[in-house]
Amino acid sequence: MKEIILVKIGEIVLKGLNRRNFEIQLIKNIKKKISKLGSFSLSISQSTITIMPENDNIDLDEATESLSTIFGIANYSKAAICKKELDDIKNTTHQYLKDTLSTVKTFKVETKRADKKFALKSPEISKEVGSYISEKFPNLSVNVNNPDIVVNIEIRDNHAFVRGNSTSGAGGVPIGMGIKAVSLISGGIDSPVASYMMAKRGVELIAVHFASPPYTSIRAKEKVERLVKKVSQYSGKVTLVIVPFTNIQEQIRENCREEYFTIIMRRFMMKISESIAQRYGGLALITGESLGQVASQTLEAIFCTNAGINLPIFRPLIGMDKEEIISIARKIDTFKISIEPYEDCCTIFTPKHPKTKPHLEDILAEEQKLEADALIGSALDNLEEIIVD
Amino acid sequence: MREVYLDNSATTKVSEKAAKKATEMMEKIFGNPSSLHQKGFEAQKEVEKAKEIIAKEIGADTDEIYFTSGGTEANNLAILGAVNAMRRKGNKIVTSAIEHSSVYETCRYLESTGIQVVYLKSDITGRISKNQILSAIDEKTILVTMMMVNNEIGSILPVDQIRNCIEQKKSPAIFHVDAVQAFGKIPVKVSKLKADLISASAHKVHAPKGCGFLYKSKNTRIAPIFFGGEQQGKVRPGTEAASLIAAFGEAVSEFNLSENYGKVSNLRDYLMEELGKIEGVTINSSRDGIPYVVNFSTGKVKAETMLNFLSSKGIYVSGGSACAKGKKSRVLKNIGLLDEKITSSIRVSFSKYNSKQDIDDLIKYLKEGLSSFSGSN
Repeated sequence: MKEIILVKIGEIVLKGLNRRNFEIQLIKNIKKKISKLGSFSLSISQSTITIMPENDNIDLDEATESLSTIFGIANYSKAAICKKELDDIKNTTHQYLKDTLSTVKTFKVETKRADKKFALKSPEISKEVGSYISEKFPNLSVNVNNPDIVVNIEIRDNHAFVRGNSTSGAGGVPIGMGIKAVSLISGGIDSPVASYMMAKRGVELIAVHFASPPYTSIRAKEKVERLVKKVSQYSGKVTLVIVPFTNIQEQIRENCREEYFTIIMRRFMMKISESIAQRYGGLALITGESLGQVASQTLEAIFCTNAGINLPIFRPLIGMDKEEIISIARKIDTFKISIEPYEDCCTIFTPKHPKTKPHLEDILAEEQKLEADALIGSALDNLEEIIVD
Repeated sequence: MREVYLDNSATTKVSEKAAKKATEMMEKIFGNPSSLHQKGFEAQKEVEKAKEIIAKEIGADTDEIYFTSGGTEANNLAILGAVNAMRRKGNKIVTSAIEHSSVYETCRYLESTGIQVVYLKSDITGRISKNQILSAIDEKTILVTMMMVNNEIGSILPVDQIRNCIEQKKSPAIFHVDAVQAFGKIPVKVSKLKADLISASAHKVHAPKGCGFLYKSKNTRIAPIFFGGEQQGKVRPGTEAASLIAAFGEAVSEFNLSENYGKVSNLRDYLMEELGKIEGVTINSSRDGIPYVVNFSTGKVKAETMLNFLSSKGIYVSGGSACAKGKKSRVLKNIGLLDEKITSSIRVSFSKYNSKQDIDDLIKYLKEGLSSFSGSN
């Protein structure tokens, strides 16, 4: 029995005249992911991408599994190909799905007839196949509202496809349409999740990490590389930019009032990230801020952090609770890495009593004590770039 | 850059002879010690030879040495094996609050199965008195397990008094000594310790990682924790790691305890003297501890920052506090050290390969680190 993979495309169908571009990009992204497993031919019709393996030694399970991280896919499943004849469809259904059909309790059959010339209409095919299944598996009963398995039959131009339940895809829209943003990654739980969420909306990522050796170690940097690697499973290639930050943090600590340390530091991070965005063609910044989570994420603090930045700042976690963020971090497999206990730029020099309701004018006054432009310029002159793919 | 390795309580450099032995075993004498043919016999002879060297070093019989995958396994086998063999005789373990996690966590696990565990507190330099031990042991005690030398602070625990305590209290307890940090540094002798079980690790004594041994006296019965073939009298089944074991034997045959002790004592005295000249530095290790470990606190610089800085200068030490973000060393907390001392504590641990120059380098960069990063703690 020959097997293929059927991929239902997601939200792209709403994209009107651009739809074709999105489809082409999605097919490109799928090809890139599965090409290391063998050669496949891909075709699209009826909002469905058909992935056909070109030889028999391809591990189709692995190929199917690798689709789970591609944005733009609503759901996917393996399917069996058979002749466009009712007997063959029945036989194939029996052979292909018998393991599942003999363990579940309820089923229904759904048919889609792309080839309108096929002799039977969709409901008639469903009825035929349904009674055949009932006959072969007498313990099964039909349930049209909430069946354990939906047996799907598709009648195409050259073949018929038979499949069982499908797996939910990653959702979102395909990456690679040319939109880029800069994501600030500290090494904590939140920033990889925020990056993932923007990648889900099709954004290519430039990741920025601030390193402060020797306060932070080589392991903290390597940890960020591993986090970005996890995110890149979804987002594709990420350019990771490491910013030398020791001097800036020391200067803030030496010259500014302690309670403003974190906010002034974050303002520097934003300004540097904005310059990096300009350099790399990014049109927005992404942070993992969640309103009220810590002292530097009160509304007043975010107002001050935001002031003076012209690019839009995306904060996809702003309305989420920690537990919700953690559950996504677990799903994308970054949680375990994030909780490794290395110092990062956000855990050193933290003030004992940070200002939770800072005033912008006070902060601007504090910043007057620093040679901000020189400090930023020197950091930007010494960036390190790592390609994570 | 000149590299200075001062983290020998974590692990040591493998000696040239031991490394050579391991390579020779892997390339030439690679048979399975249990195989009946010549190739197997040769490997078995090497394992026996290593066993003899180690048995002689601690004053045991060769058939009292059981090779394990390291110190952690030896400690697990000793504790779980003893408790499982003794469960009908009582339900209490006596240990200290400053044990290595391979002992501490095993005891914590046994607590969850209904065993009562007494964790004896030490003084601020990591010492425990004989009286504390004596009053903790009773006739329900089935195991006394204690380290000979503490790994974080270098204190010596009175394990040579424990047999006497057990006898005084007429306790049926099995007596286990974790000698991982003592073996190869000070004499570890069965006749003196009168222990039933003694654990040690190869990679702390210039042999490769992945090997250790448990001494089990002939009269002591423990239950195995692994099940498999007939190897090592079924106490520890599994094909012996012959290459690592032979290298371990080689490293032990190079022991020269008294000469190294003298040399390292001089280094320790010199380091303590130099540290004493630096303002704000306090020494946490006691002078009556082992000279191989010196634990001190800078007070001003976070351990992780100092460690990263020294590392960038090619100097490798260990932070007394495990890591950042509030995870403080259980041992240092338990001896009662203040928080700011724990978070800024540094452990220097010596081996025979260290020199006075190493200490000069350390002190030079320690001072530089202190002036550059003060206030980060």
